[in-house]
Amino acid sequence: MPASASAAAESAAGGLSGDSIIREIVASGIRFVVSVPDITTSEGLLRPLAKGAGPKLVRICKEDEGVAICAGLAYTGQRGLLLIQQTGLLDSINAVRGVAVEYSLPICMMVGLLEKEVGVMPRQSKRYGVRIVEPILDAMGVGYHNIEAQTDVAKIRPAIDAAFRDNKPTVILIGQRPS
Amino acid sequence: MMDRKECLKAIARHVDDADIVLPVYSTAFDWIDIRPNPLNYLSHGAMGLASSHALGLALGRPDKKVIVLDGDGSLLMNLGTLVSTAEAAPKNLFHFVCENGTYEANGGHPIPGRGAVSFAGMARSAGYKSVYEFSDLKIFEQQVGAILAEQGPVFVCLKIVSSGDQERDYSRLHGPHVRKAFKDALGAG
Repeated sequence: MPASASAAAESAAGGLSGDSIIREIVASGIRFVVSVPDITTSEGLLRPLAKGAGPKLVRICKEDEGVAICAGLAYTGQRGLLLIQQTGLLDSINAVRGVAVEYSLPICMMVGLLEKEVGVMPRQSKRYGVRIVEPILDAMGVGYHNIEAQTDVAKIRPAIDAAFRDNKPTVILIGQRPS
Repeated sequence: MMDRKECLKAIARHVDDADIVLPVYSTAFDWIDIRPNPLNYLSHGAMGLASSHALGLALGRPDKKVIVLDGDGSLLMNLGTLVSTAEAAPKNLFHFVCENGTYEANGGHPIPGRGAVSFAGMARSAGYKSVYEFSDLKIFEQQVGAILAEQGPVFVCLKIVSSGDQERDYSRLHGPHVRKAFKDALGAG
């Protein structure tokens, strides 16, 4: 699972545009954003999504619920996106294992990396809770994409399209707070 | 207390062929014999997530009735679902819980709070539009049709006892052929 271990992170000081990420989400055909609030994406993504006329926001209590909700949506032909924090992803490992991987379902997760240092790739983070995310996804066979710099935003739509084309989960890791 | 199979038969009499039904664990093995239909959604993983799958289905297909046949142990593993479902408020979602006070699929051990916790009370507090509780089969049989004609989300707690030993072939719930049949049937209508 290639963590695009490019030098993108080192040049990430320019920041991320939340508007551009939301545009990619909408362009990907996402009709439902299912979310437990995440501090990394709270202001740049969740708050404008809650106010906007784009995808319907479904507020949930716990992240594994969201894996199942997105599964149900997928069967109906609707595209959902689970917007969460990596703590919630880690808490939902069994749901991702059973529902997304073993049932081969296109569960798309956008995951804010709490406390990850800007300009540092997740594997190099000094934070244990950040450093372990990619190796865990590797062990599970779940593909992921690092969104560290503005140029990375272009990865979002192809990642979501591929998930639905191939019936596989995908994780989009948001490495810094979008503006 | 009511016999689970008799309760399920009462529900089945009011379920249309086009309705989606998500039965959980022990209930599922009874249900698939009572109502064999590709729109039985049987693969929900574990840990009480069936009602969350149901919420996704209900939001994605508001034209279809979505009926969850949950268990008390399953619901305890995913209690937040009550609040999330009430918040989303799908009019087409019906959430039944078969309460027998045990983790029946995992050895029949008692659930925490057995006999003390009120599932109907929790659903009411969470904000379900309508909440019912039944322990008398005749009364349930009289009312279930009208309940399934209501606007959701509706919660129904059924005080039940198991109908006896089951042959549990989990490939009937989790096999890939089951998911394909569901997907094809849902796509067709």
